[in-house]
Amino acid sequence: METINTDNYMIAGFIVSFVTIGIYLLSMYVRARNLKRDLETYEALDSPDKK
Amino acid sequence: MQQKPILLTILDVLSIIGLGAATYFALVFAPTEAVMGNVQRVFYFHVGTAWVGLIGFVLAALAGIVYLITKDAKWDRFEVAAVEVSAMFFFITIVLGSIWARPAWNTWWTWDPRLTTAAVTELVYIAYFMLRAGIEDPEKRARFGAVYALLGGLSAPITFMVIRLFRTIHPVVVGNGNPEAQGGFDMTGSMLTAMFVALGAFTVFFINLMWHRIRLGALEEKVEQIKLKVSM
Repeated sequence: METINTDNYMIAGFIVSFVTIGIYLLSMYVRARNLKRDLETYEALDSPDKK
Repeated sequence: MQQKPILLTILDVLSIIGLGAATYFALVFAPTEAVMGNVQRVFYFHVGTAWVGLIGFVLAALAGIVYLITKDAKWDRFEVAAVEVSAMFFFITIVLGSIWARPAWNTWWTWDPRLTTAAVTELVYIAYFMLRAGIEDPEKRARFGAVYALLGGLSAPITFMVIRLFRTIHPVVVGNGNPEAQGGFDMTGSMLTAMFVALGAFTVFFINLMWHRIRLGALEEKVEQIKLKVSM
């Protein structure tokens, strides 16, 4: 039986896998950065000097 | 956020090495399948991501049970992390399956029992985040989330078992073959090796992402608490 040329599908599969993982990692990084910024802001508001 | 533990840094490095190795074994080490050609190579990532996806949903259900018993917020964080990371991996599983199905079944999608249960499972976990986003009280959110994760966890074993219980065109590579299956293939020794490398790599990567997500959850909780304190 002849092997079908399915190279494009394989390339698409690996691109989708790595792009999805990349987007997820980026989303974790952005969320962590924003939370740290929020924490700093709230800590500054909560500090005794501001009261 | 607490200082990053050294073990987490080691896991980061192991994850990169593992993913690199899994890619090498899938693309170079494993032989080209005789009929389907190179698209069969996505099978290794398909199985690896499905494994961690389904395991994560079961872990989330177990964490839900423990949370309901102990009311300890750390189990809620664990549950959220398991669902989020697994949903991401399971999304890859479904897309890879669809990409493989196009040349193998001549269609991107069919409402076969396995594909249907997999799609339902993914949607169940997307709805989990919609549910949580709609509840403001943290304690109530965690409790509802735990019950939902517990019920949603049933979809993981159903998705796994469905190809072994019903007539389906999805191949059963591990275990007894299905006479209705289309696109199945016999695993050679090097194919098995590539599959186990992918399983190992995705397991390490899953643990690594879970840990990062749990830490992020702890930070979210800290911000939520201080926000409440400041606004009072």
